[in-house]
Amino acid sequence: MHEISIAESVLQIIEDTARAEGYARVKVVWLEIGQLAGVEAESLRFCFDVVARDSIALDARLEIIETAGLGWCMECACNRVVTSRYEPCPDCGSFRMEVTGGDEMRVRELEVE
Amino acid sequence: MCTTCGCGKGQTLVGGRRPGGGHAFARQHKPGKELRYRAPEEGVIRAPVRAPALFPDTLDFGAGPAGTHAPGMSQTRMVKIERDILAKNNDYADENRRYFSSRGIFALNLVSSPGSGKTTLLVKTITALNGMQPLAVIEGDQQTDNDAARIRATGAPALQINTGKGCHLDAHMVGQAMGRLALKNDSLLLIENVGNLVCPAGFDLGEAHKVVMFSVTEGEDKPLKYPDMFRAADLMLLSKCDLLPHLDFDADLAMANARRVNPDIQVIRVSATSGEGLDEWLEWIKAGCRLCSIARVHP
Repeated sequence: MHEISIAESVLQIIEDTARAEGYARVKVVWLEIGQLAGVEAESLRFCFDVVARDSIALDARLEIIETAGLGWCMECACNRVVTSRYEPCPDCGSFRMEVTGGDEMRVRELEVE
Repeated sequence: MCTTCGCGKGQTLVGGRRPGGGHAFARQHKPGKELRYRAPEEGVIRAPVRAPALFPDTLDFGAGPAGTHAPGMSQTRMVKIERDILAKNNDYADENRRYFSSRGIFALNLVSSPGSGKTTLLVKTITALNGMQPLAVIEGDQQTDNDAARIRATGAPALQINTGKGCHLDAHMVGQAMGRLALKNDSLLLIENVGNLVCPAGFDLGEAHKVVMFSVTEGEDKPLKYPDMFRAADLMLLSKCDLLPHLDFDADLAMANARRVNPDIQVIRVSATSGEGLDEWLEWIKAGCRLCSIARVHP
């Protein structure tokens, strides 16, 4: 359900940019979705297909680039790759990890004509 | 036909061989593989073709379907966007936040799974504040006006947002609701989100804090199952604590799990039925209200 809102926001960004850049059709949409963003890629693809009907993004392909989750360990004072929000630091085992990356969701690029 | 040099279909060679299906599109190739084009009368020219650029600071003209770029020639093109998908919601949330801070309003976003006792606790809270603190409530549910009606019965102004098929409130909905509530300066705004531990975590409403409710009739591992929400919240209310003697629920384990996801989360054990923890919860609210009104007078 949440992915529908995200898909609608993606389409809105595409349509806003279409007005500024002057293109009539979108062929590929490159999204950057962090591993910790809480978005299910398959569900997002499904929702995007639904919301993109009757739009300039009809039949556009979604390319989802998954970015790694990063956490700052307050004990080791350095960045570590994490795959979930409750994971301890792989080095010292502390749970005092502050997520510093991999929670973003961005439209990175479009292939248009 | 090649859009750059005009070479025909069938002249394209991949690694010296003809590819199976027509002109080779850049995206069908893995990075590092090369295509060979035979330009008219000049023999073979090696033309490396790359996959579309994956690096943000690269403007890759070789990434179009033609695998190359010629000025003025029509081909599909790449448009750099680099926009946060939730940017629009965040803009509305910032607008709400400015509105709150200019009026000294302390706004809380209450989130939980359905049935953890948000509305019951709100009714108790409003009754306990006993008109000492100006406040208003925004209720979010998919359907019905039931919750807003329960709040209005206490005498407090309440507005119901029905999200229809939506699973969360967004900042634009809240902004529209605020306009209709005529919020007072230095007041408390309680926003009860749609009962859902997933989606509301991602949608900033402009609130000062997310407050997550977690009832003891749920599992102790809820913070681990829905970490985004417990991470986004600043305060956790462990609700229905009057039931603890009748359950196997390990409250300490539940709190430890919440702190595992969010080491800085504050926890208050409450019960709307027995009144346990209500004083601490009310003090927490009053402290927030005081800070907001001080910030309005001395920005």
